Amino acid sequence: MITVEFLGPINKAPIEMEADTLADVSARLKEDTELTQWLEKCAVAINDSMVSDLSVLLKEGDRISILPPVCGG
Amino acid sequence: MELYQGSLEVKEIFGRWLDEQAASNYGAYVPFVGIIRAEDGIEALSFDIYEPILKKWFDEWQARAMERGAIVKMAHAVGDVPIHTSSYVSAVFSPKRRVALELIEEFVEDFKANAPIWKYDVKNGKRIYAEDRSTPMDGAGLLA
Repeated sequence: MITVEFLGPINKAPIEMEADTLADVSARLKEDTELTQWLEKCAVAINDSMVSDLSVLLKEGDRISILPPVCGG
Repeated sequence: MELYQGSLEVKEIFGRWLDEQAASNYGAYVPFVGIIRAEDGIEALSFDIYEPILKKWFDEWQARAMERGAIVKMAHAVGDVPIHTSSYVSAVFSPKRRVALELIEEFVEDFKANAPIWKYDVKNGKRIYAEDRSTPMDGAGLLA
């Protein structure tokens, strides 16, 4: 089981799911029409490290963060 | 890296950083202050921060600065920050001015693009995500 958390303005409770790769997570999140508009603009982190590859293998307990567009300062 | 609830005490922060480095023999100290402007009828801006990734982003910048003999500093506000007060300050200390002047620009620009901070306008007490001023982070769209 892994956890997906949504940061900042997405304002959605974390989701738990079974997934072997980020591609599995992507397929699952795309089922939620509220999320599809966010996904194309959002970056992704696994256990607080930014990632750029869908084929990364996930392990039990991994925490995936979805980061929407930012504006600090 | 320092985070504060609400507006920053700019003079205290800059004075303290100056005191901390008083004996470090840096020849240049370049500060940057971000101030909330009154525009579009806002009362304040408000900020959410994801601290674990912000800390990693900052630590990577500190390592890059140290390769050039410099150090970077920053402080940011969390929550509501009224107009005409400061939400963000940063600074670079370096042995000579050129590195500090270059680094402060690179550091502030990358901060805008990749620090995990979300901004909201506050109007009539309501928080509205500043979507049109926000930038997708490097690697955005991976799950689309």
